[in-house]
Amino acid sequence: MSWWSRISNAMQGERLNREIDEELQAHVEEAIASGRDPREAHRAFGPTLRAREASHSVRAAGWLESLLADLRFGWRQLGRNKVTSAAALLSLALGIGSCVGVFRLIDALLWRPLPISGSSRLYLLSRKITGLYGKPAEDNYWATPDFDLMRHAVRSQADLIAISDADRTDITWSTDDDMEKASVVYVSGSMFPLFGLQPSLGRLLTPADDRGPGASPYAVLSWDCWNHRFGRDPHVLGRSLHIGNQDFEIIGVGPRDFTGTEKGTATDLFLPLNTSSLAPHDSVTWHHTFLMLKPGVNPATALEPLRQHLAAVSHAFEAGCSTCVRGMTRAEIARYLDKKLVFHRAGAGISDLQKDYRRSLGILGLLAALVLLIACANVASMMTAQAAARAQEMALRVSIGAGRRRLVQLILCQSALLAVLASILGAFFAAWSAPFVLSRVNSPDNPVRLSLPADWRVLLFGFGLILLVVLLLGLLPALRASAVRPVAALKGGEDPHSPRRLMHGAIALQVAFCFLVLFLSSLFVASFRRLENRPLGFSTDRLLLLETVAGQGQLPVVWNQTAEGLRAVPGVESVAISGWPLLGRIRINSDISINGAPPGPTPAFYLNISPDWLSTMKIPLVSGRDFSPHDSSPGAAIVNETFVRTFFPGQDPIGHTFAPVGYPYQPGAHQPLDKIVGVIPDIPYHGLREPSRAVYYIPFNQIDDQSAPGVVGFATFTVHTDVQNPLALATTLRQFIAQRHNGLRVSNVTTQLDLVRDQTIRERLLAMLAAFFAAIALLIAGIGLYAVLSYGVLQRRREIGIRMAIGSPRAGIVRLVTLDVFLMIALGGSVGVALGFGASRYVESLFYQVKATDVDMIAFPTFALLLTALVATLPAVLRALRTDPTEILRAE
Amino acid sequence: MARTDALQGSLDLLVLKILSRRPRLHGYAIMAAIANTSGEVLRAEEGSLYPALYRMEEAGWIRAEWIRKETGRRTRVYELTAAGKKQLGAEESRWQSVSLAINRVLREA
Repeated sequence: MSWWSRISNAMQGERLNREIDEELQAHVEEAIASGRDPREAHRAFGPTLRAREASHSVRAAGWLESLLADLRFGWRQLGRNKVTSAAALLSLALGIGSCVGVFRLIDALLWRPLPISGSSRLYLLSRKITGLYGKPAEDNYWATPDFDLMRHAVRSQADLIAISDADRTDITWSTDDDMEKASVVYVSGSMFPLFGLQPSLGRLLTPADDRGPGASPYAVLSWDCWNHRFGRDPHVLGRSLHIGNQDFEIIGVGPRDFTGTEKGTATDLFLPLNTSSLAPHDSVTWHHTFLMLKPGVNPATALEPLRQHLAAVSHAFEAGCSTCVRGMTRAEIARYLDKKLVFHRAGAGISDLQKDYRRSLGILGLLAALVLLIACANVASMMTAQAAARAQEMALRVSIGAGRRRLVQLILCQSALLAVLASILGAFFAAWSAPFVLSRVNSPDNPVRLSLPADWRVLLFGFGLILLVVLLLGLLPALRASAVRPVAALKGGEDPHSPRRLMHGAIALQVAFCFLVLFLSSLFVASFRRLENRPLGFSTDRLLLLETVAGQGQLPVVWNQTAEGLRAVPGVESVAISGWPLLGRIRINSDISINGAPPGPTPAFYLNISPDWLSTMKIPLVSGRDFSPHDSSPGAAIVNETFVRTFFPGQDPIGHTFAPVGYPYQPGAHQPLDKIVGVIPDIPYHGLREPSRAVYYIPFNQIDDQSAPGVVGFATFTVHTDVQNPLALATTLRQFIAQRHNGLRVSNVTTQLDLVRDQTIRERLLAMLAAFFAAIALLIAGIGLYAVLSYGVLQRRREIGIRMAIGSPRAGIVRLVTLDVFLMIALGGSVGVALGFGASRYVESLFYQVKATDVDMIAFPTFALLLTALVATLPAVLRALRTDPTEILRAE
Repeated sequence: MARTDALQGSLDLLVLKILSRRPRLHGYAIMAAIANTSGEVLRAEEGSLYPALYRMEEAGWIRAEWIRKETGRRTRVYELTAAGKKQLGAEESRWQSVSLAINRVLREA
């Protein structure tokens, strides 16, 4: 109460003074009215001014009053230099906004704990293995029988939870016709209770639902799915849904903010673990295993024994799992069993998005921080210049008794004002930029859903940032200004170089950071351009892809007839079939046996294709021929050049045979042979960034051991259209296939161009944002350079005038004005190169075919910086040269 | 100035006591009351009365209110709060013990 009145009195100092005056006045009048002599009454009262001062300081918060006065003063200072203030404000706002925006993304994706209880006690079980091509790798996937054994073994110390990846699955909600994609997660029944989650409706899965496929055909909707798919209809309980040939009953809706443990993906549907067809198999590792410590258990001491116990149980299971190691040699079994179980903290969830973007976000954070630092250096040198101009004012204040603390407060107030105003602007920028960046990561096939709440975590970060900025901006100028020696300053003879030294330091710093930003962004832009312009080896032009499923599978003849039907649709030029699209999410490899020998260490990937697929994709043949309708698999194969180099080096492969061996390999068993009929160039199979792999293509028509045709459960129609936007035909073709009622249904429509674009999402984003940051950094640094040089020329006008008067050549003047600054640029630039090399090592994995040591990667930032420096120094140099010595000397 | 010295440190006590007997007094009346009841021995220095009043107001011992007098002018009157009553008790007992101690010293010495 009294604090409040003191604060509000401080806000209204004038009104308070009037009130006090009125009361004091009333006192004297009362005295006179009671019969005292007016002069005596006035004299007895004493000086009213002193009484008012004393009263005022009792009733108003003095520190606040001086703060308000300083703020008003700072505001006027900002208003006096409108252009510089606006530049400072804008550059700071961009810096702060970028930092907060990147923080929101990093926090939401990587740091923010899942909305569950006990997230700090949650760990992921993983194991270090020797992966494909002998590289060390980590395997996060576990077989359900192994999981059950481990859960049982440690149940007294910790709980294990099984959670599968969210999988985009075709779901039929009610009738047979409306099939939709929804992300489905299989979870062990212990998940909901252990996470402390409460249903929004109905009930959640419990450990009792782990019984098996027939016993618990229950499904839990996520709140999100219930909201957008069912409009929060409470009658959703008890409804059934179908996945493949399984039926599930909806028994409940999850809590509002829980979207699964996979950050970046919103789960629609939770199903019991054991309803998956993968669950019963000893050799199928398919779900994650989380470990949750019991409350109160000390992780430092409990984790290691748990790890050893779990590793022993899992090792025993895998060693005894006959289907896991069937057909392996002794050495292979030893290598297979040689794994180390490790725990990872999983309180913030786990996802591929985190893995893919951890480094990219780190880099974006670094770039944003650098831009902010550049802006701070810029504004600090601007304020140093202003403070130097106010050196006499400061000296006067000190000499009439202003406390030095008060002076520091004055300057800190001004920087706080700048920082707060900038952060208000920056908040708008951050509010817009974080969702914008997230939307760029999105692709229709792989939607990214991440909530970006602006809560206390973001606010706290913002306040911390403001504090940092205030200190960076104000502390140095404030200390400098308060250290002013009044006598020297008032005489006009304070060391004129000291503010310039500070500003030169700021220039060097700016240039170093700016170079780093430019260097990194040129690496990212070059990576993206090289990736985007990389020759594909096939055409994406007007290609529509219809990913199609056939519930129980259909004979190739049905697929071929459907393709034939599609060819007759107006707008369609040609149609071919492949098992799955290139650069999609599917890749399958198998070991290759030549002449019956055991397979070598290098596997080959494959794709089944119909005749004309090569011509529809515009892939040329190097030698041999395309498949004919009479070819079938096994029997014929077309291979790529890497396949030839790997398995038939130095030979003409046409007519040779090889056998893809199913895993496990059984020596001596009859392996059906594929005869190579054609060779095609290397084309990217699964990713644009990966090196060329050995790939073989087999005919779409498959036959089994008895030469009877096998059924095909899913395939992709590759449709070459004659319209510019092939998606325009999507609805027509989808309906066309549905109307044939032959069991085929389109589950997803995309274009080959989109699949190629999806490959470069991360690189595109990084390149775009890095270029943005580079442009901002260059602009801000240019403005800073301009300001410092202009200030220098203004300060040294006398010196320049005298030099000119005594006949100094123009080149000498130019050197005088610019030498220091260019030395600083050189110094900053070399520091920037060193920083750049250091930083680029950390992000090498994000580059594509570029190296930090490439000449043009260093040349571009250098050139850009020098150009900026030239443009920024030109006005100051011209002004220096236009100095009229007579005018200067006359003014002296 | 023996008169003001006698008041040193006890102005709060006097103001609180006066206000406890007669609520809603303005500054001049408080001062006059102190002078009257003490037989003109104790006189608060007029200029320093107001900072003291404001300090006690900020401390929450007394509260103030503007009222309009018959003459049409405004005047600010003070009255005791609950916290002020408590403070008065404390100050009184402190004063009693101090004056007792002083008397004892005067007797013994």
